[in-house]
Amino acid sequence: MIGELGHLALILAFLVASIQGVVPLLGAWRRVPAWMAVAVSAARAQFLLMGISYLCLTWTFVVSDFSVSYVALNSNTALPLVYKISAVWGAHEGSMLLWATVLAGWGFAVAVFSTSLHAAFRARVLAVIALVSVGFQLFLLLTSNPFERLLPAPMEGRDLNPLLQDPGMAAHPPMLYMGYVGLVVPFAFAVAALIEGRIDLAWTRWTRPWTTVAWAFLTSGIMLGSWWAYSELGWGGWWFWDPVENASFMPWLVATALIHSLAVTEQRGAFRAWTILLAISGFSLSLLGAFLVRSGVLVSVHAFATDPARGLFILAFLIVVIGSALVLYAWRAARLAGGGEFDVCSRETFLLANNVLLVATSATVLLGTLYPLLLDALDAGKISVGPPYFDAVFVPLMLPLAALLGFAPLARWKKDGWRRLWAKLRLPLLVVVLASLALAFGTPASWAMAAGTGFALWIAAGVVLGLRDRLRHRHGASVRRALGRGFIGMSLAHLGAGVFIAGVTWTTGAGVERDVRLAPGESVEVSGYSFRFDGVAVHPGPNYRAVRGTVQVLRDGEPYSVLHPEKRTYLVQEEPMTEAAVDPGFTRDLYVALGEPVGTEGAWTMRVQYKPLVRWIWLGPLMMAIGGLLAAADRRYRPLARPVRAAAPAADKARAWG
Amino acid sequence: MRILALIALIATMTLGSTTADARSMFEPRGFSSPERERRYHALVDELRCLVCQNQTIAESNADLASDLRREVYRMVEDGRSEAEIAEFMVARYGDFVLYRPPLRPGTVLLWVGPFLLAAVGLAVLVAHLRRRRRAPATPLGEADRARLQRIIGAED
Repeated sequence: MIGELGHLALILAFLVASIQGVVPLLGAWRRVPAWMAVAVSAARAQFLLMGISYLCLTWTFVVSDFSVSYVALNSNTALPLVYKISAVWGAHEGSMLLWATVLAGWGFAVAVFSTSLHAAFRARVLAVIALVSVGFQLFLLLTSNPFERLLPAPMEGRDLNPLLQDPGMAAHPPMLYMGYVGLVVPFAFAVAALIEGRIDLAWTRWTRPWTTVAWAFLTSGIMLGSWWAYSELGWGGWWFWDPVENASFMPWLVATALIHSLAVTEQRGAFRAWTILLAISGFSLSLLGAFLVRSGVLVSVHAFATDPARGLFILAFLIVVIGSALVLYAWRAARLAGGGEFDVCSRETFLLANNVLLVATSATVLLGTLYPLLLDALDAGKISVGPPYFDAVFVPLMLPLAALLGFAPLARWKKDGWRRLWAKLRLPLLVVVLASLALAFGTPASWAMAAGTGFALWIAAGVVLGLRDRLRHRHGASVRRALGRGFIGMSLAHLGAGVFIAGVTWTTGAGVERDVRLAPGESVEVSGYSFRFDGVAVHPGPNYRAVRGTVQVLRDGEPYSVLHPEKRTYLVQEEPMTEAAVDPGFTRDLYVALGEPVGTEGAWTMRVQYKPLVRWIWLGPLMMAIGGLLAAADRRYRPLARPVRAAAPAADKARAWG
Repeated sequence: MRILALIALIATMTLGSTTADARSMFEPRGFSSPERERRYHALVDELRCLVCQNQTIAESNADLASDLRREVYRMVEDGRSEAEIAEFMVARYGDFVLYRPPLRPGTVLLWVGPFLLAAVGLAVLVAHLRRRRRAPATPLGEADRARLQRIIGAED
């Protein structure tokens, strides 16, 4: 019953979205206010219906209704409640339903907060979002119905994949989808602007905070995924350049380019056509990611051919959405040209360079991800493109960006002087270079570590200089006002990039990993910590049996910490899972994972790791995400969320384009 | 993130569950020199487990991965170089076993592409900047002018 209700709500949402996608567009074209107004009420209704549909599916999980096939395949009565709720997005159908619900949610949010936009534009934006919704709802209804019945119902479910029974995994997909799908907002704004043939200050003022928020979600979603891989996969890696990771990283790179390009468009009116193109590309890459993951094409091009319905649907949808947006762009972009002049030495130029590097990197990730598929499809041989390739091409593309990041925010808009910049930067540059050299020659650190540390320090120095500049030239304004959330947000996000670089550099360069075999009472010494194995005990869990080890960590002979790595066997899927034990710390993690029992005297193999600054790998992106949210909450965007029809406030004068 | 791969896998049901006979991935091995230990780790981190869903042999507990690790260890301790061992693996399993694709006519684009893209991008940027400098300032659009007027008007 509840299943059918959810299915019905999904069908109704599809019908509402179809109306929302067509009537407002016609209304904006024929200038019929009543038709345009349909967009707002339809967006509300659509979100309500999708919300009902989603809650219905969640309910079938909570009550373990195994007559719903998707529930029977992905849940179990012994599964803890929190994982029953997160199991909704544990496999294909449910995660697509989550995707479509989040999409309707963004549409709803735009409808609620867009009262200050003029009616025709608002109608167009909401219609474009609805058209994308229609595609996903149709996909669910035709190829991936999560409410399909399984009769007779089995007594017990096949349980959620044990890998997914982790707090990081419960939070990762919703965050990631908020970001992925949130890129639909700049996309819809871009398409609506192309239909109207103009972009004004209000357009960028509007698009920028929305894009930044979506980007912040995407950042934290990727960060959570990395953290989950670290804690759950059992060997302490945090990024694998897996095609599925790449599918989320490509839109992130383009979205990062977009938020920077939007800064120029907002402040100076320049790069308008380019900004529009990035907005289109960002969401297109999200869709491409969905295609890559959902079609099975990643497993092999042949897997795609054996069950083509889903893959072909998304491929066709992808072509329609991206194709029509690009055709519209080719037709209308020329009208959008214009914007303020700027000198070669100016912040605009540096931001353009940032965009070139980010887009080239995103294209590189795309190339590496698709290349083996292309070769295979052309029968030109099977190759693997993995971490060694990506590391080799990614790092050289990112280093110039890191260098740029240190000083570009200090440059003035429109026109700056190389000499002025040099005078400002030579002292910090000297300090950073000396510090790196000291590290390279004075310590066992490698050249790569010295360089990585140097780049991180360089970025931090840039942030400090930026803050100092701001405070020095505040012309009597209060500190809070002089800095502003936008500036604080930017500084925090940039510092986050430096923190991330430091984390990666030190974890990779100075981490120690040791595979050992220990009998109870034996210990191993790693980086000044002594790990003593005290044997294992059986430890029952709600839906698994665990063998739980006890490892006593000693430092200078004193007890320091106790770790309990586990080896779990889930009762339904019977898959052995390694549950690593971590002693987390700001400066280092101690990480122990159990291997297998060996011999007769209770010895086990295990991996013991010392990982310096590994937390910084997630702390950095967290700072970026918080910085993004702060920037989006800047006071200059606030009037836009209120229903104000008057002209922009007076404070805007200084920032007006010219 | 890998989880999405797993979801894709479950969705397509091509491989089924990965219940391999779980031999330990954490094999304590003694090496006759630190250089050989480094060579061993470099190799197992770049060789692909051919029966797994996108894992290196260092990361996998499948039988094949375990056998390949033993093989690599044996050859490293025999004093063979990284290139020799990689060649041996390619002769046996094809280029697919290498996560670092070899440079050959079919992969030139893969290796050169990224730097070409960045170089072309920067060249276009420079050309654009030069053209911009020569061209006269673009006048404000009609809409901007109206908006500016309104903003300045609002100031008074």
